[in-house]
Amino acid sequence: MTIGLYHPGRSPLHRASAGAKVAGLLVLSLALFLVPSEIVVFASVPLAFAVYLSTGVPFRSLLAQLRGPAILLGIIFAFHLVFGTVAEGLLAVARFATLILLASAVTLTTPVSAMAELVEWGLGPLRPLGVNPAKVGLAIALSIRFVPLIAEEFRLIREAQAARGLAANPLALIVPLVIRTLKSADELADAIEARGYES
Amino acid sequence: MSRDVSTRDIVYIALFAALMAAINLVPAFQVGFLPVPITAQTLGVMLAGALIGAKRGALAILLFVLLVALGLPLLSGGHGGLSVFFGPTAGFIIAWPFAAFVTGWLTEINWRRMNAVLFFVFSAIGGIGVVYLIGIPWLAMVAKLSLWDAAMGSLIFVPGDLIKAAVAAVIAETVRRSYPLMQAAR
Repeated sequence: MTIGLYHPGRSPLHRASAGAKVAGLLVLSLALFLVPSEIVVFASVPLAFAVYLSTGVPFRSLLAQLRGPAILLGIIFAFHLVFGTVAEGLLAVARFATLILLASAVTLTTPVSAMAELVEWGLGPLRPLGVNPAKVGLAIALSIRFVPLIAEEFRLIREAQAARGLAANPLALIVPLVIRTLKSADELADAIEARGYES
Repeated sequence: MSRDVSTRDIVYIALFAALMAAINLVPAFQVGFLPVPITAQTLGVMLAGALIGAKRGALAILLFVLLVALGLPLLSGGHGGLSVFFGPTAGFIIAWPFAAFVTGWLTEINWRRMNAVLFFVFSAIGGIGVVYLIGIPWLAMVAKLSLWDAAMGSLIFVPGDLIKAAVAAVIAETVRRSYPLMQAAR
């Protein structure tokens, strides 16, 4: 089972390790803001798009994912057009387009579990500061497990209210959801403690 | 997470992060006189601070933001992944854990006299004040806009945010009255 935005495949990016991809992304993003050459920034957009396409994810879902960011960049470009210069606007939009494309490519080709492992590994050096990577890992695993359960709970409450002829009302939905969540948190904590889990 | 975070705290943090994700399933709703739809996202941020306190609330939202970064499409409209943090509005999302902390801290020090009005004020200070204080300069810096332009562009979201603070206040007050365990848990 795959969860999240990850798309299984066999592209070169899929085969690269999560650490290498994230490190590369960070270096490139820093470089893009430090390099003064505009030509490099503009040339990076088609390159980033090529990388994005190389993930081998169906073209239609690639385009669908870009719609939200595209609208946002359009608004920013409009602001530059009205209050600044066209050149500045193009430069800002080109930078974002490159970074958003590359970051999406990393997310599309890296399973959530590989990213979670990377986080646990990255937190290792923070141990002396009192950060326990194993506890962070437990928290990540628990919440990933509980997202679908709470979403199901949400749907049940909504259906129960609809069956009684109530319209969707955020207040009436969220109060029972919060209370049920607090209750299940208490029960779950009791269950974990009863089994002597201490890390 | 720091030394004095118990297993019980971790469960609360994890479940509230999941709850934040579920709250984002509430479809964005349009209010007649407002130009932009209202999404439930910062509602979860305000509630986390108001209901489980500063530290646990902030960690719950931090965990939620981490889940988004790991590649789960948990933001409103099914967005997520690393690209969110490289876009122009990343500052608003990175501000959320701080916002939950401020709302939670104000709630904790006033816990004995909390009511709907105070919940509203504290939700607004955290969920609007802190979020904009970090998000707007971030937007201005990375999008090369002037602070003024960035602030003006963000202004259309304020009425919706005020409505959310009011909704958060009513929810927090209802939960405070109907779930007495909250006091014991604190």
